[in-house]
Amino acid sequence: MGGSVSAVQPPTLDRRSRAPRGNSRSALARLPAASWGPAALLRRVLGTAGGALDDVLDRLMGEPFLDRLSRVPLALGTSGVDPFGLDPHWAKYVLMSIGMMHRKYFRTEVHGVDRVPTGRVLLIANHSGQIPIDGTLVAAAMFMDAEPPRIVRAMVEKWAVGLPFVSLLFTRVGQVVGVPENATRLLAQGEALLVFPEGVRGISKTIDQRYQLTDFGLGFMRLAIETGTPVVPVAVVGGEEQYISVANVDALAKLLRLPAFPIIPQLFLPGGQFPLPTKYRIWFGEPMHFSGDPDDDDSIMEEKVWLVKQTIQSMLNRGLKERKHIFW
Amino acid sequence: MVDTQSQPPPSSAPRSRTPSMVSATEGPAVLVTGICGRLGKRLARVLHRERPVVGVDRRPFVDKPKDIHHVQVDIRRKKLKDIFRNNDIKAVVHLGVMHDPRASSAEHHSWNVAGFGKLLEYVSQFRVPKLVVLSSANVYGPQASNPQFLSEEAPLLGGQNFSDIRDLVEVDMLAQSFFWKLPETETVILRPVHILGTVHNAPSNFLRLNPVTTVMGYDPMAQVVNEADVVHAIELALRPGIRGIFNIAGAEPVPLSRLIKILGRKRLSVPFSIAKVVLRRMWALRLTTFPVPELDHIRFVCMVDDRRAREVLGFVPRVSLEETVLSVDEGRW
Repeated sequence: MGGSVSAVQPPTLDRRSRAPRGNSRSALARLPAASWGPAALLRRVLGTAGGALDDVLDRLMGEPFLDRLSRVPLALGTSGVDPFGLDPHWAKYVLMSIGMMHRKYFRTEVHGVDRVPTGRVLLIANHSGQIPIDGTLVAAAMFMDAEPPRIVRAMVEKWAVGLPFVSLLFTRVGQVVGVPENATRLLAQGEALLVFPEGVRGISKTIDQRYQLTDFGLGFMRLAIETGTPVVPVAVVGGEEQYISVANVDALAKLLRLPAFPIIPQLFLPGGQFPLPTKYRIWFGEPMHFSGDPDDDDSIMEEKVWLVKQTIQSMLNRGLKERKHIFW
Repeated sequence: MVDTQSQPPPSSAPRSRTPSMVSATEGPAVLVTGICGRLGKRLARVLHRERPVVGVDRRPFVDKPKDIHHVQVDIRRKKLKDIFRNNDIKAVVHLGVMHDPRASSAEHHSWNVAGFGKLLEYVSQFRVPKLVVLSSANVYGPQASNPQFLSEEAPLLGGQNFSDIRDLVEVDMLAQSFFWKLPETETVILRPVHILGTVHNAPSNFLRLNPVTTVMGYDPMAQVVNEADVVHAIELALRPGIRGIFNIAGAEPVPLSRLIKILGRKRLSVPFSIAKVVLRRMWALRLTTFPVPELDHIRFVCMVDDRRAREVLGFVPRVSLEETVLSVDEGRW
């Protein structure tokens, strides 16, 4: 299965581009075209390694990775990137790595992904785990387990957009600046948008508050109503235990201008910097449809948001009850 | 740029005007300021076939078509009023916006704001029914927090990090105030994205560099438009019934690296901290025409939503992306 994939010419991907498809060499076309120095050496090394890497990973995953990538509905232009800068060839390598995490390290159990409608959709999930691995695993589930496979778009904080390399990587894998105009346009393009309404409050929870949803932001509801987008509640279990935070020092966080300052004892142990290999379980709920006036009062929005929040909370409670072990 | 004084010599006292001031146009004319620039000349050559054209510029109009009446004068001077008085000006196209980063900010301001103010005064006084102002998408400003596509309602934040562009923003705002100050005049503001072609503007000059220097770790999406398409947009804007602000974009958005690849040039990637310091030094030593804040254009996105131009103005870019980019190498001397 792995060997035949490299011969497949994906038809939906990149209709008019001249670069060869289906192998890593096309990704090299996107590396800086310097003719001297470390960049040129890197190109040569990657050129030989890349083709081999594609086959190895395909075999390891046991799944037709490139085939899935070709079936993702994308709005690509002639240069092979979509208007927001998503480049499937960069995205491929990132998706492969998170695919590995998804299947091998966290061994995610995915339930109900077939409930996610095609076309535009807002995925609303609980946030946990100090670093957004929950986001990457939801994205992995949508790419590896959903039919048709989707590349999920998430919003990036404005301060992250100014960083070199990181911001470029985010852009090339489809993540966009977190402003409402971008969200509206993406949904109009028929994309799947992943939003964590808890934000930083959710991701930096201490272990005693695990799986108890904090306040939800109202922005996603206004967006859903304005664009007529179905909302799919997503419950992610397994994130709270990957980095066990015993306390959150607000004063230090404010001093260092960080969003949070968690105390995570495992970081001091050798190898403890990696997240614990919890078994992630993701539940996708039934799509919810909301209507009304997107400019309504906050109180009216809160009622609607409460419905979504309660759905996610009950999905979490049920999942936690069913869960017998954290790590397997 | 020669700044001649068009004063009548004392010996010709009986004649209150010099021969050049006598109306040479028949019928309703278009006044084009900044006509001697590359864009202005292109526009003149397209317009003069259909209607009389009066040109105003500080520079002389070399190889001017015979039926264009050119007045070599500074628009801040009173002579501008005579042009309005002596010709039946039915439309004004203001291309004469100064973009020279080397000019002093006082000169810049005086030219762009005071000069434009004078022009608007006469448009109002002589009840000119159409005013087209060539602004720029640069008024929105390239910043990290920009939406991917800016609509015409987006705030003009170009001056936030780049103070020199503030008077361009002011020109745009002055033109906007005309919407309500003089509703009988159909005011059109065009905001094109980076114009590429034989013009000597920052984006074209940037792509003419060899190697093209970019900031390491950044590859923003960009929109470019060919100067011929901008001329076409101005033509469309001159039609009666068209008013308002229009973003003008050319072909589809592409990453900056693709633009450089189309040209086939070498690319040099420099970390931002080094680029800033080196460029500042080069600017001080007059070795470059790019001021440091312009680095933001090759780091962040500043793209526009041109739906309004397509739907209301009927604008469709006719020059392909490849031709647009390759046109910077045309006619270089």
